[in-house]
Amino acid sequence: MTKVVFDEEKCKGCELCVQFCPRKVIVMADRINAKGYHPAVLADEENCISCGICARMCPDAVIEVFKP
Amino acid sequence: MKQVYSVPKSLQPRSTHYCPGCTHGIAHKLVAEAIDDLGVRDRAIGVAPVGCAVFAYDYFDCDFQQAAHGRAPAVATGIKRSVPDSVVFAYQGDGDLASIGAAEIVHAAMRGERITVIFVNNAIYGMTGGQMAPTTLVGQKATTAPFGRQKEHCGSPLRVSEMLATIPGAAYVARVALSSPGNVAKAKTAIRKGFETQLAGGGFSLVECLSTCPTNWGMGPYEAMRWLEENMIPYYPLGEFRTPEGGQNDA
Ligand SMILES: Cc1ncc(C[n+]2csc(CCOP(=O)(O)OP(=O)(O)O)c2C)c(N)n1
Ligand code: SF4
Ligand code: SF4
Ligand code: SF4
Ligand SMILES: [Mg+2]
Repeated sequence: MTKVVFDEEKCKGCELCVQFCPRKVIVMADRINAKGYHPAVLADEENCISCGICARMCPDAVIEVFKP
Repeated sequence: MKQVYSVPKSLQPRSTHYCPGCTHGIAHKLVAEAIDDLGVRDRAIGVAPVGCAVFAYDYFDCDFQQAAHGRAPAVATGIKRSVPDSVVFAYQGDGDLASIGAAEIVHAAMRGERITVIFVNNAIYGMTGGQMAPTTLVGQKATTAPFGRQKEHCGSPLRVSEMLATIPGAAYVARVALSSPGNVAKAKTAIRKGFETQLAGGGFSLVECLSTCPTNWGMGPYEAMRWLEENMIPYYPLGEFRTPEGGQNDA
């Protein structure tokens, strides 16, 4: 299991998680979801500190965060 | 692995119709988290407004009613008085609460109704396409103020929290901003306090959430949050304006 789990089909590609992530480890995927948005994905799990900020700022309840 | 953040149980597991990056979604999450944390989902009854949040009943996993424009505090009053053990919250926009519903909110506060109001102030009529609200800032553009709100013509924006804090029946009145991780954390605390005030039988509670409408502001979601911090907070200061412990107090 990864530290940050995205419910990809709910993502609206707003990029707030990308902007507020203090480690800048989230990026938008090239693929598009069924809504037609590029979903957010965790690009660098190693540098994620499981702070939960991305999840707190996501308006669409897409993200859940876990700490090893 | 230990879970650091989980989606609140009091939200239904479905997509909302809100625009990408709209802070109505953050407000919904915080209300649902408060309901979860206080363990009151079985007793919670929400009242949805007219405005972008009109379908809130489809997003919360608790009982709900939808009210006519601006009348959510009156409907919430009826629910709370007939089912006193329920935990009742009205969820209202600034057009709904500060314009057509100005009388209802003032009188609900005056009567000290034991309801909690979540007031989403995005300084515009979002649902109808971006008309000027009583809360639109001086100089802020709207479809009905294409050159920006003019003070000479439309007056200065209404500071709802400060106004309601002068009413003795209002037990808890606070303003928060859904614009950064720190401010969202403070908003969570205030919303919880609003519900706790109701649970303690303290009287009327309202939490004003400064919010964004990226679509009608014509900005990206992040840019809109920056705009909120730079333009709304200076006019609409954050803090607790009235607490059950007594009197006005700026935090
Ligand atoms: C009696 C009545 N008057 C006017 C309207 C049109 N109307 C729908 S939503 C709205 C204002 C919504 O703005 P706000 O309350 O700020 O909510 P937002 O969409 O910004 O969250 C208006 C004027 C209506 N539906 N009913
Ligand atoms: S948990 Fe924190 S560090 Fe990890 S992706 Fe989210 S915001 Fe970035
Ligand atoms: S904040 Fe949420 S909706 Fe926005 S891009 Fe990130 S995961 Fe998607
Ligand atoms: S119009 Fe504005 S308030 Fe309504 S959903 Fe879109 S961004 Fe949110
Ligand atoms: Mg509005």
